[in-house]
Amino acid sequence: MDVKELAEQISVRFSEQGVHVPVEEVEQRLTSLVNEFKVPVDEAKRSVLSYFAKRYTKDGVPDVAETVYTRIAEINAEDKWVNLKAKVVQLWEPNALSIAQVGLLGDESGAIKFTSWASANLPILQEGGSYSIRSVVTKSWQGRFSVSLNKATSIAPLDEEIAVGRAETEIQGAIIDVQSGSGLIKRCPECNRVIVKGYCTEHGKVSGVYDLRVKGVLDNGDVVTDVLFNRELTERLTGITLEDAKEMAIEALDHNVVADKIKSLVIGRYYVLRGNKTPRWLLVTDFAKLQTIDEQDIDSILERSEGYL
Amino acid sequence: MSVKQREVARRVYAKELSDSTLSYKEHDDTYAPQFLLTPTGAKCNRLFVVGTLTEKENVGVDSDYWRARIADPTGVFAIYAGQYQQQAITQLSSIEPPAFVAVVGKLNVYQTSDDQTKVSIRPEFINVVDMETRRRWILETAGKTLKRIAEIESASDEAARARDYYKTDKHTYVEMVVKALKALKTE
Repeated sequence: MDVKELAEQISVRFSEQGVHVPVEEVEQRLTSLVNEFKVPVDEAKRSVLSYFAKRYTKDGVPDVAETVYTRIAEINAEDKWVNLKAKVVQLWEPNALSIAQVGLLGDESGAIKFTSWASANLPILQEGGSYSIRSVVTKSWQGRFSVSLNKATSIAPLDEEIAVGRAETEIQGAIIDVQSGSGLIKRCPECNRVIVKGYCTEHGKVSGVYDLRVKGVLDNGDVVTDVLFNRELTERLTGITLEDAKEMAIEALDHNVVADKIKSLVIGRYYVLRGNKTPRWLLVTDFAKLQTIDEQDIDSILERSEGYL
Repeated sequence: MSVKQREVARRVYAKELSDSTLSYKEHDDTYAPQFLLTPTGAKCNRLFVVGTLTEKENVGVDSDYWRARIADPTGVFAIYAGQYQQQAITQLSSIEPPAFVAVVGKLNVYQTSDDQTKVSIRPEFINVVDMETRRRWILETAGKTLKRIAEIESASDEAARARDYYKTDKHTYVEMVVKALKALKTE
């Protein structure tokens, strides 16, 4: 293969990554390496690939030949360039002209919000379609991650359909905090948002509908997870029904008594929780108090310890 | 902008905590969290402790200042709650020792007049719990401590730092774990 062909091949490979590298530049560098510096062709190709990868992409793509896809659930930092294989789970109405499309992308590990900017001029994504979406940038807002589709992004439809996981996770640990916004709350009858002092941020003064929930923090000594119990599960967790909670609040002339009572019931206790993981929350679907510890568990750790002595 | 991550509540036995003297911040920022590194390499900002409340006393002169002691099978945790731990003070004042309690709190590291380093817990929350919760905590803490001991030779920052500073004698802390577990078995 001559240098010209090779240069074209390399340039095409970059454009597949959504990175435009002028073929002339590639050829010039290749020629110089091969003819002037007498580098073997394979080594020259490798050198050119990594040179342009460092120059044209943000973090550098160490191996441009193979696209590495990130699982959505593994996105845990902002301003990272990632490639996704995902299904368009939902499209929402963009609320600004600068946004071409906004919605939810999912893969088997989870789902994430995406924004496709009008300025990027990308192909339109179909709801329900599965795509390979390369070179998107991760963003974070109030602890939630999203991805931004930009000028450097490339989109290709996939033949396979991506299965979107609502894979349930199970975690165990001690509840070590119950956050504000727990206990007896009021929601807007229009939009279900939690309202503060009778005002919905969207609908103004409304007469709220009572609800009960726990926003807890589960800690296993290595990881903390924000966990959310809905009304039904809160009732099961605490033994306090919505009706009880209302009575408690009326009697004390203070709705905070409910949250205080919940705190005294759950903080410091061990639970195993099952639920759906969103970027920020574990939405609890089932839970149990951890059972009595087993003599065998003690013995197995004791044995391991004595191995060290 | 990313929200500041909540610090994990570590599990450490009282003996290991009282042997700990290395405290530091990871950056200079006034609001940067303070960490205490224990001899087995637990990097602690927040702690979760379950034990027996054996003593409590309001030692404040003009305002409430509560001192309490919480025992586990290896030693005693010192608890100090002042005006900024209002919730804990309210709870503490209504719990009569002896009682099994769970405490979530941050660490306070200070030098005594004879230049000893002391560690106490500034509680965020204190709750009465049952015997089973205490047993589970002892077991859990044994597992976590043993894991740290197993990794003390590893290249992780915490392990290396703990090793250099404390010249950690693994034997001492394995014995501590064994002691805790044996106490658990004979209950």
